[in-house]
Amino acid sequence: MTEEKSEIVIELDSVEKSFGTQKVLDGVSLQVRAGTTTVIVGASGQGKSVILKHMLGLLTPDNGRVVVFGQDMAKVSKKQLSAIRSNFGVLFQNVALFDSMSVYDNVALPLRERTDGKETDIRNNVEEKLALMGLEDHGGKFPAQLSGGMKKRVGLARALVLNPKVVFFDEPTTGLDVSKSNEIYRLFFGTQARLNYTAVIVSHDVPKIFKLSDRVALMVDGKLQESMSPEKFQLSDNPLIRSFVLETMGPIYSSEVEESRLYETL
Amino acid sequence: MKIIAVIGGETLRFVELVGRFGIFLFTTLICALAPPYKLMPIVKQVRFIGAQSLFVIAFTGLFTGMVLSLQGYYTLTKFGSVGFLGAAVSLSLIRELGPVLGALMVVGRAGSAICAEVGIMRNSEQIDALECMAIDPYKFLLAPKLIAGLIAMPLLTCIFDVVGIFGGFLVGVELFDVSAGAYFQGMYSSVVWHDIEMGLIKSVVFGLLLVWICAAKGFFLHLERDGGFGAEGVSRVTTSAVVLASVSILVCDYLISAVLL
Repeated sequence: MTEEKSEIVIELDSVEKSFGTQKVLDGVSLQVRAGTTTVIVGASGQGKSVILKHMLGLLTPDNGRVVVFGQDMAKVSKKQLSAIRSNFGVLFQNVALFDSMSVYDNVALPLRERTDGKETDIRNNVEEKLALMGLEDHGGKFPAQLSGGMKKRVGLARALVLNPKVVFFDEPTTGLDVSKSNEIYRLFFGTQARLNYTAVIVSHDVPKIFKLSDRVALMVDGKLQESMSPEKFQLSDNPLIRSFVLETMGPIYSSEVEESRLYETL
Repeated sequence: MKIIAVIGGETLRFVELVGRFGIFLFTTLICALAPPYKLMPIVKQVRFIGAQSLFVIAFTGLFTGMVLSLQGYYTLTKFGSVGFLGAAVSLSLIRELGPVLGALMVVGRAGSAICAEVGIMRNSEQIDALECMAIDPYKFLLAPKLIAGLIAMPLLTCIFDVVGIFGGFLVGVELFDVSAGAYFQGMYSSVVWHDIEMGLIKSVVFGLLLVWICAAKGFFLHLERDGGFGAEGVSRVTTSAVVLASVSILVCDYLISAVLL
């Protein structure tokens, strides 16, 4: 990808955040460029999701700036924040589907609330996105009737229904088995190629996620190690990155054949 | 010094809580008044808070009226004033028991459900999801509940009063052979518009209070001092919402009565 030439969509500048006495983000800086896929990796409890919540405007930094589409998220009005968020799609870790709504209504919700489209247009759009996710026969079901993988696909359909410019993925494969994880990555890869959105992924699913990313950044103890291409990341001399790579790609990364099969199909 | 620190800390916490709840109410009211207006979410909530509380309201109202009539009959018999039974039952119901008991029943049935629903939505990131989709949770989720509370509570109170008066009639007239004419004449001559007005004002205020407190407790679940996570957190916050809403209703009942009497 031509990431170095594309515009900066999201920029974190020396972001600090504490909850009580615990410092969760300690001078985090990161740039996300349009059309790219940036992956933030790290062990649990390192502050990865907190970074995502800052980008989404759900949290404001104690110090530093979060700039999205050229606007400081801490200084924008509620209306401006809403306008910025209208370019977002989010796949939450636990999907956050509305339990009392059917699959169809969950996906249709952003269209009904944020557009003036007719119900027939909404139906066409929702059915298209459900078909894209292979869920065309499940529109009438409720989230409680779906498997974990299907819920993730519904969440992805809802995130993409308004064709957002940026899509955030918070641990997109958590709780899924290998085949379901592969399905999610396949859908991500396919939809990004089709809709050309910028992706920010928080994941610990290393090394699979490397093959989908343009930039990888490691989060350790509230500090974000330098962001770099996945190839450079795996060969980095940074002891923290090296230790992480060895830990995650050593004993765990054993199924080479299965991996290559997956990416052949992408 | 430690005691002063604790008192200071608690005071600051209380001020913060009042401020947070105040802003919550103000924002929800503004969202309720601002266009676009969508009727269906309000109708759905009126059905939930109002129509689905009908049975419990009618049942409570019936037995409240019956026990009022029973107690009233034995007390009034001592003074030879059984003819005032209708007045005693109806005034007690319309001014006090209808709005208060009705609201307490709705707190238990619908208020707890509202708190748990909003709390679970907070816990499972559904409210965050709404915000990220640029959908205002105050407008989408909370304003319809508040409007529905304001519509449903006065209607439920009226039903409570009517069924209660009927319950009093059953015991007084059918069981103790008080004259039906005396029962209704006593009611007719003693109940004035001001009594009904007081009952309606109370029911509107209680409708606002119960939805406000229960919804806000669920909405701010994540900010609870004791931790609001998981099923236990939702259960704890729901209990505290029901207690707080019930106590607030009783306190407001006294204040409104003191002002309007």
